[in-house]
Amino acid sequence: MKFDTPATTNPIDRGRVIGIPHDRIDGPAKVTGTAPYAYERHDAAPNAAYGWIVGSAIAKGRIGAIDLRAAEAAPGVLGIVTHQNAGPLGKGNFNTAHLLGGPQIEHYEQAVALVIADTLENARDAARLVRIDYAPEQGRFDLAAERDKGVPPPPGFGGPADTKTGDFEAGFAKAAVKIDQSYTTPDQSHAMMEPHATTAAWNGDKLTLWTSNQMIAWSVGEMAKTLKIPPENIRLVSPYIGGGFGAKLWVRADALLAALGSRMIGRPVKVAIARPQIPNNTVHRPATIQRIRIGADKQGVIDAIAHEVWSGDLPGGGAETAAQQTRLLYRGPNRLTTHRLSTLDLPEGNAMRAPGEAVGLLALEVAMDELAEACGVDPVELRIRNDVQYDPEAGPQRPFSSRKLIECLREGAERFGWNRRNPKPGQVRDGRWLVGMGVASAFRNNLVGKSGARIGVDAEGHVIVETDMTDIGTGSYTIIAQTAAEMMGVPLEAVTVRLGDSRFPVSAGSGGQWGANSSTAGVYAAAMALRAKLAEKAGFPADKALFEDGLIRLGNQSQPLATLAGREGLWAEDSMEFGDLDKRYAQATFGAHFCEVGVDIDTAEVRVRRMGGAFAAGRILNPKSARSQVIGAMTMGVGAALMEELSVDTRFGFFVNHDMAEYLVPVHADIPQQDVLFIDELDDKSSPMKAKGVGELGICGAGAAVANAIYNATGVRLRDYPLTIDKILAAQRVA
Amino acid sequence: MRPFTYSRAASVEEAAKTAATQGARFIAGGTNLLDLMKLQIETPTHLIDVNHLGLDRIEPTAEGGLKIGAMVRNTDLAADKTVRRDYAVLSRALLAGASGQLRNKATTGGNLLQRTRCPYFYDTRMPCNKRQPGSGCGAIKGMSRSLAILGTSDACIAQHPSDMAVALRLLDAQVDAVGADGGRRSIPIADFHLLPGETPHIENALKPGELITSVTLPKPLGGTHVYRKVRDRASYAFALVSVAAVFGKDGRSRFAFGGIGAKPWRTDAADAAAPSGAAAVAEAALSGARPTAQNAFKQQLTARTLASLYRQKGA
Ligand SMILES: Cc1cc2nc3c(=O)[nH]c(=O)nc-3n(C[C@H](O)[C@H](O)[C@H](O)COP(=O)(O)OP(=O)(O)OC[C@H]3O[C@@H](n4cnc5c(N)ncnc54)[C@H](O)[C@@H]3O)c2cc1C
Ligand code: SF4
Repeated sequence: MKFDTPATTNPIDRGRVIGIPHDRIDGPAKVTGTAPYAYERHDAAPNAAYGWIVGSAIAKGRIGAIDLRAAEAAPGVLGIVTHQNAGPLGKGNFNTAHLLGGPQIEHYEQAVALVIADTLENARDAARLVRIDYAPEQGRFDLAAERDKGVPPPPGFGGPADTKTGDFEAGFAKAAVKIDQSYTTPDQSHAMMEPHATTAAWNGDKLTLWTSNQMIAWSVGEMAKTLKIPPENIRLVSPYIGGGFGAKLWVRADALLAALGSRMIGRPVKVAIARPQIPNNTVHRPATIQRIRIGADKQGVIDAIAHEVWSGDLPGGGAETAAQQTRLLYRGPNRLTTHRLSTLDLPEGNAMRAPGEAVGLLALEVAMDELAEACGVDPVELRIRNDVQYDPEAGPQRPFSSRKLIECLREGAERFGWNRRNPKPGQVRDGRWLVGMGVASAFRNNLVGKSGARIGVDAEGHVIVETDMTDIGTGSYTIIAQTAAEMMGVPLEAVTVRLGDSRFPVSAGSGGQWGANSSTAGVYAAAMALRAKLAEKAGFPADKALFEDGLIRLGNQSQPLATLAGREGLWAEDSMEFGDLDKRYAQATFGAHFCEVGVDIDTAEVRVRRMGGAFAAGRILNPKSARSQVIGAMTMGVGAALMEELSVDTRFGFFVNHDMAEYLVPVHADIPQQDVLFIDELDDKSSPMKAKGVGELGICGAGAAVANAIYNATGVRLRDYPLTIDKILAAQRVA
Repeated sequence: MRPFTYSRAASVEEAAKTAATQGARFIAGGTNLLDLMKLQIETPTHLIDVNHLGLDRIEPTAEGGLKIGAMVRNTDLAADKTVRRDYAVLSRALLAGASGQLRNKATTGGNLLQRTRCPYFYDTRMPCNKRQPGSGCGAIKGMSRSLAILGTSDACIAQHPSDMAVALRLLDAQVDAVGADGGRRSIPIADFHLLPGETPHIENALKPGELITSVTLPKPLGGTHVYRKVRDRASYAFALVSVAAVFGKDGRSRFAFGGIGAKPWRTDAADAAAPSGAAAVAEAALSGARPTAQNAFKQQLTARTLASLYRQKGA
């Protein structure tokens, strides 16, 4: 099915199952421990041996010699994989560094060996006996020092490196009010609950990988390319995933090494990347340096806006596209955005929840706060004044498909009690706390991608959906079941959803908040095909027939789906392909974050007291799981604002705080009441679901609202994240 | 983790005797030791379980103090009625540490002996004089933000991470131990933890095999007990700076500090400065500080934390 004209009224609009808050249908399996995760496939691959990854001790250089004798002689060791015995390996398109290093070393903790043994303890113990001589080379580890060597990165998900509209320099030069500030954001770790993990087994030349992965079809291709085998010979299974946030978009060392290890010893092998290895072995969100210039009139109406971004990655890697939102969020005829990419020899940078916007808004939305203050305009009002209903780079001929930023700001402000904010910073005291409020806009692009599904009815009238879509904790199982139930006119309990298997039709997968809208649209397409088949069997015209109560109905005639399906059942498969509506219309999701913080008058400890947000993201398929997504993302925004940072040791070239005791993310005590309001919106240009993504929107701008609240509380403006006690104290000393 | 043997000691004396043999270690709650064994930072060949020796009681002493068995769990100690009434600073310090689950396992003896959280100590590919004597210190010119500013040496600037030990230092506790020869002695807490000097791998005054049996507190001090821990998130993080204080009615007060010292930090000069206010106490306590560029803020933060305590005391 092709989606190339705006949606009209369709079965989804009935809203009997879709749009109703539902508990996640996979919940009981998860809380009873019966949902199988990648490392626990005793059912499918009994007798698996254990692999332990040996990570490089240097960041850059070469392996001189490897001595495996002691490790091989250790108790229980079954085999050791290194580059010397792995055979010829390719590299996936989405991997920057090789998943198995050697002789060249590209980054610290890059996998250089897999030790396989009969128990985890034996494998881990023997891994320490692997002797490797390295010849280290000088690497580049300091973004600030390398910044001026940056070059325009190749275009990617974030569009071109640079964009230019009007004449920024001229507009900025003559602006009545000018903001010109620089901001930095650090490297961050995804820190999802479940580590990267894979169980691998070979049957002849056929490989099965039970792995924790967001993008099944991509990863089959990547694995095929890396192992140099045909993709048909690989089955990838990933039904349950304990979080990913982008870290599991591509295959990582666990998958490759489990496959190689299993081939070596002729027995299933499982590999998890140990928590302290994850930050340096896998991927992270790259650090940025950002400069923002805004020229406005005295009322705060923007005439010129520029956002320049510097980030770094390994050779061949990509940039953090932090200027993305600045291309679309606010008005102004004179515009400039640039991205520059420097070469760094740190571990590989890659996508983490809302790549681009998550850190871009940490800068832009603080700059807007600074502009509001410079103009003496309320920060909510300032954003409303600069709203634009079309793509401001392309002009009015490219309108937004739907854009309710103003509604989000107004309704969010009302619910939060924004009018109680004292615009003068440092005025409000509550005991030992200085109290302040901040606001920030939320913006995240709405991406769509081709997505397929197979749907069937059986003789009991039960509906089954199969697609290689993944559920990374987001609630895909539930919204897909809701979609199928709505389309087929059956209750939610009558639907079984099977996900995350490369034997199922290829979906859009989970990433870039495109999964929910795209994958349910794919299910919609398959369901339309099944409805046609059923109608034909019933002898009803498909466009007139109603599907409800397990029946197909026309006027006062009806037949049960179960009867029509018969003993064989009836199946249909289709996919949703998206035309150029996302070219003709700018498509994005919007919101407004509000935050109240307390800052200790003496110690500068920051405590978030309240958060609230209003969001417009098309049809909200399941308000319960959507709210969970948003509050989880707001929590991550608090982490980005206040504590998350992979600290770079620029001498050794690695992230020093590489475990969960040292890399801090918010705990429950950091997170207060979070209020989420979804603004009514249907986007008929996004898909027949009229939905958009919501999984990333909540992180976008959340941290900036925290930063702005700290300013309102204290009068100290901080521009280097995370905003820790030491930085607040230092700024107070200067102020 | 290297393979190891395991035994349960039948008595305190037997435990100490066995422990004096090469490669043997006690295991109490295991919350620190097992993590370090998995990373092969510690590689004992034999573990002696000392959880079943009746060292889990809290009893009054003839002198009017309190004897706390070495195996009393942090949770139980924090919740103990006498501790909450007479030594509230200890209860507060314990509750500021780790998480509920960890405190359920962690013991009084194990907590005193927990090892540093310096990140270079935890990565065995990095130089660290504490982990591997003579290999150098990765932290001094590296990521030192969380590390100590007082009592450090050119060999090591690791902080002592314990909250509990700061309160014990404030309360002038004694650490009671049994030696391999069966001899018993009590070590004043001030002398229990050692400064790194040239030998940062030697962290306390215990002799090989010596087993902590209890910690004894002197008579209650009275006064107002506070423990203030400042950290990068609201809970479940080690202190950047912590201050344990008892404010007496007579203006005489005492202070001990966590997060800033190579050991739980307390000075007579800081206590003596109490009547002159927070700034004077801070100045006295921080005398001789050797911060790095990254952790210099701890000086100001210590002063601010003291200021906060003085302010609240008035409230
Ligand atoms: C994630 C995390 C966060 C933490 N956060 C904090 C915090 O915020 N504040 C804080 O103070 N602590 C914190 N801790 C540390 C925790 O308090 C210690 O791990 C715990 O107190 C150690 O006690 P244990 O009984 O488990 O010791 P074990 O791990 O059993 O032993 C530790 C050491 O003491 C030795 N030992 C044990 N008992 C005796 C004895 N009776 N005599 C002689 N030697 C003995 C052992 O041989 C071993 O060397 C944290 C720990 C973790 C893992
Ligand atoms: S500060 Fe101490 S513990 Fe840390 S690296 Fe240096 S020697 Fe090791």
